[in-house]
Amino acid sequence: MDDVKQIIIDYIRKEFLEDDSDMEINENTSLISSGIVDSFSMVSLKTFLEKKYKIQIPDTKATPEAFDSVKHIMSLLKEYVNI
Amino acid sequence: MAYGSKAKEFYQNELKNIATAGLSKEERYIRSPQGADIKVEFPQGAPEMEVINFCANNYLGLSSHPEVIKAAHQGLDNRGYGMSSVRFICGTQDIHRELERKLTEFLKTEDTILFPSCMDANAGVFDVLLDREDAMIADKLVHASIVDGMRLCKAQQYVYKHSNMDHLKEKLKESQENRLRMIITDGVFSMDGDIAKLDTICDLAEKYDAMVLVDDSHSTGFVGKTGRGTHEHCGVIGRIDIITTTLGKALGGASGGCVSGRKEIVDLLRQRARPYLFSNTVPPVIVSAASKVLDIISRTTERRDKLEKNTLYFRKKMTEAGFDIKEGIHPIAPIMLYNAKLSSDIARDLYYEGIYVIGFFFPVVPRGEARIRVQISADHEMTHLNKAIEAFTKIGRKYDILGKNKKEIIEKYGM
Ligand SMILES: Cc1ncc(COP(=O)(O)O)c(C=O)c1O
Repeated sequence: MDDVKQIIIDYIRKEFLEDDSDMEINENTSLISSGIVDSFSMVSLKTFLEKKYKIQIPDTKATPEAFDSVKHIMSLLKEYVNI
Repeated sequence: MAYGSKAKEFYQNELKNIATAGLSKEERYIRSPQGADIKVEFPQGAPEMEVINFCANNYLGLSSHPEVIKAAHQGLDNRGYGMSSVRFICGTQDIHRELERKLTEFLKTEDTILFPSCMDANAGVFDVLLDREDAMIADKLVHASIVDGMRLCKAQQYVYKHSNMDHLKEKLKESQENRLRMIITDGVFSMDGDIAKLDTICDLAEKYDAMVLVDDSHSTGFVGKTGRGTHEHCGVIGRIDIITTTLGKALGGASGGCVSGRKEIVDLLRQRARPYLFSNTVPPVIVSAASKVLDIISRTTERRDKLEKNTLYFRKKMTEAGFDIKEGIHPIAPIMLYNAKLSSDIARDLYYEGIYVIGFFFPVVPRGEARIRVQISADHEMTHLNKAIEAFTKIGRKYDILGKNKKEIIEKYGM
């Protein structure tokens, strides 16, 4: 569980934050409304998770709400994979 | 008719949410031709004001140029008003092909295809050139029309951090398995006026065997020594595979766009690009005027040189006055204010000083990055620029932000 959480946070940090950013990200940080993740980068996050866990998340499930925090993303993941 | 209360209430609610979030957009009516001096009615119903325009993309000041207007009239007289057809049925005139040839020559590419707009060019280009087994690798800050075009394409999406070449390299490595790959970037990014690192991008593209697409909407006609665009500025003419650009900004500013680049690519777009196949192209009036614009800017670099001089002068004077301006050489000069309300308050005050500028804030730019985006034009004379600098200084003093850096402005006004 914590592993998955850390994997997602690491990915977001590495892919979306500038190298010198001091922004804190925890499982409740709002990703979409804070502007860290936009609809554009959401796609790469989705692709990353799909590849990593060998699953398919239907586009209808990949809503901004479902991706708005690491916690939300984890509950989405749980529908498709045993984490 | 089934526009019942359900739909009506739903839309009313959406509108209310937009308004509550402070994101409603309101049009301002301009009651004169586009230019440095314009007459504006704002807010709607208010008395008309004469203001100096600093927010058009009229970089070369050709939107209302007498030669361009004359050419538009000639186009109307000689080739009529409308085509009533898409290109490949009976909507192509000799002058359409001639304009494509002139664009090809100006951009120093192999061939060009016109689109109704650059939005359409970007919407149509990816789906034709890339498929499921291919990859699109885009800068995070590419224009909305590219984002939409990429959505319509089945190729796998990779996004690299803005102008971060190490990150781009990582993405190129990650996508090695894909069949065809395309690096996608704006030539100039419209919110900061910064220029893509096309030399490094081309080097990486060659090393990792990827194509390069550049949207040069904010460059064509004036960036680079002879105004060809960012590929000229970065010394990579001939190394960019695909350029998309617009006729709707520096090139007369009416409407229309194009894809210019490798011959096979343009040929294939002519067979398959949906906005080209299923929508009327630019009308004869615009084709004729745009063609004249290309004649003018191919004949002399006078207008881009004046624009460059204006830009350097304005940036220098505003920096001296104590404003925090994002560095650069582009006529987009972002005056950083960081706080959203501050940016709209200052823009409003400037309007009443006769200076027409707009505040930009989240979600158009990242939170805490609010600014006034000043756009310089070759139509501006020294008197225009000096008036603007004076007004900015007066209002800057009123809000006590002159000489203050980011930290100090945020301390005073918040993010
Ligand atoms: C970078 C960029 N690409 C494309 C467009 C769209 O151009 P057009 O008005 O021709 O659709 C714009 C205009 O806002 C732009 O800034």
